[in-house]
Amino acid sequence: MANFEYVLPPAPTTNVKTLYGQEDMVRRSASSVPAPARQLTPVAKLIDVSKCIGCKACQVACLEWNDMHQEIGYNHGVYDNPLDLTPESFTVMRYTEWVNPETKNLEWLIRKDGCMHCADPGCLKACPAPGAIVQYSNGIVDFDHDKCIGCGYCIKGCPFNIPRISQVDNKAYKCTLCSDRVAVGQGPACAKACPTHAIVFGTKDEMKQHAEARIKDLKSRGFANAGLYDPPGVGGTHVMYVLHHADQPQIYANLPKDPRISPIVELWKGMTKYAGLAAMGAFAVIGLLHHVVTGANRVSQDDEENAKRLAGGRR
Amino acid sequence: MMAYDVESGDQVHPGNPVTVDRYTGGARINHWITATCLVLLALSGLALFHPSLFFLTGLFGGGQLTRAIHPWLGVILFFSFAGLFIRFWKANLWKAEDGTWMARLRDVMTAREDRLPEVGKYNAGQKVVFWSMSILIIVLICSGLLIWDQYFAQYSTVETKRFAVLIHALAAVTIICVWIVHVYAAIWVRGTIGAMTRGQVTGGWAWRHHRKWLRELVGKR
Repeated sequence: MANFEYVLPPAPTTNVKTLYGQEDMVRRSASSVPAPARQLTPVAKLIDVSKCIGCKACQVACLEWNDMHQEIGYNHGVYDNPLDLTPESFTVMRYTEWVNPETKNLEWLIRKDGCMHCADPGCLKACPAPGAIVQYSNGIVDFDHDKCIGCGYCIKGCPFNIPRISQVDNKAYKCTLCSDRVAVGQGPACAKACPTHAIVFGTKDEMKQHAEARIKDLKSRGFANAGLYDPPGVGGTHVMYVLHHADQPQIYANLPKDPRISPIVELWKGMTKYAGLAAMGAFAVIGLLHHVVTGANRVSQDDEENAKRLAGGRR
Repeated sequence: MMAYDVESGDQVHPGNPVTVDRYTGGARINHWITATCLVLLALSGLALFHPSLFFLTGLFGGGQLTRAIHPWLGVILFFSFAGLFIRFWKANLWKAEDGTWMARLRDVMTAREDRLPEVGKYNAGQKVVFWSMSILIIVLICSGLLIWDQYFAQYSTVETKRFAVLIHALAAVTIICVWIVHVYAAIWVRGTIGAMTRGQVTGGWAWRHHRKWLRELVGKR
């Protein structure tokens, strides 16, 4: 079992902090944070798609740990249930029936979808509410619901289309990477529940090593393009996939090939923000200066006399 | 025949000074509802536009309420402005003298009215403000509906919403700049604000700034 289990940083036994705080933040939405007081070891969840049997134990564990109650849905004729992520379902299995054009084999691709915990999180970049989205020094991107205003900007910022807004409390929800478990030295609930160890959790370095061994194994079994999905466009992610067809991630229910924060979002949250404030400020200042230089534009006595002559002249 | 720029209620009253009715009570109420909405929209919008202005959410009872109220204010403004549009569009049609007026913007800015052509109820600057507001409000309501996720999230894709939110921000910045021009002009040109408070201006004001309109009103009597 040594191949499957990784030794997490030892669980604290004294001064147990059950939550991460200010001292662990590296980024905070719509605000800045001082350099973190301590550097946590970067963590990662590795999802080995080739080992997944689609049992949905992870979905169940997620619902249970986070105390959520996904509404009972309908059978849509496919295995996906619910059909999409919801404010109650932070993770869903996405099933794809794919015919490999080379082997003509039907391959059943099953991908556990959910927040990727980007190193460069688009949600955090887009969020206008100070502190509603935070990133900890171990890589976890978390939502602080007390500060969330429900605007949905995080959805526009996310390159993976992950956050969902609750119609009940108008707040955004997504996978927390079980930050409340990780904070006390536990792995995420989904990894704990996975019967085939398709989901493993540890430090990011360990997970990369583990992935390497898995990729080597897959390659020896004929999957020449097996590889790790840790997309550099978003600075890498703290949820990674081992894919048997890493050259075409889009076959796994549209996993983006080269995800990055949309240039539209970059423009909106970059240039527009500063140029917009500058433009409005410039108009106000120019007005003020103009008034100081030219003085008020007053109606003269002559104007009034002319008006009187005009208005009276036609009586 | 009534001139294109004479609106209902416009009237000259000889006296000392001459007074001119410029806006009816209805037009003024319509204007101030629109103005109130525009200011509240700007404040609530700016709160979400730049982190340094997030504190403005306090005016609306916090971030959640700001997010919830902003689009409704936009709906009120849209219909209120539609009222203004119906009242004012005809008098804001572009005329030959407007081009001349615009070409002499330097004289406008240095208050050399003697060098400007006689203009009707609205000068070219006011017309530019009117049409900019009209177009920008349409852009803002359309892009705003696309990003009103509480009710309309499912009707567009995330990619469409990204464009919409960028366009919404750009249009909002532009309309705030237009609004600054509008308010500044009303303050700089003394005697203007009375038109929207009491509904009247003096004959001298009309003579100085809208002589063609004044002549039409005198001719009408």
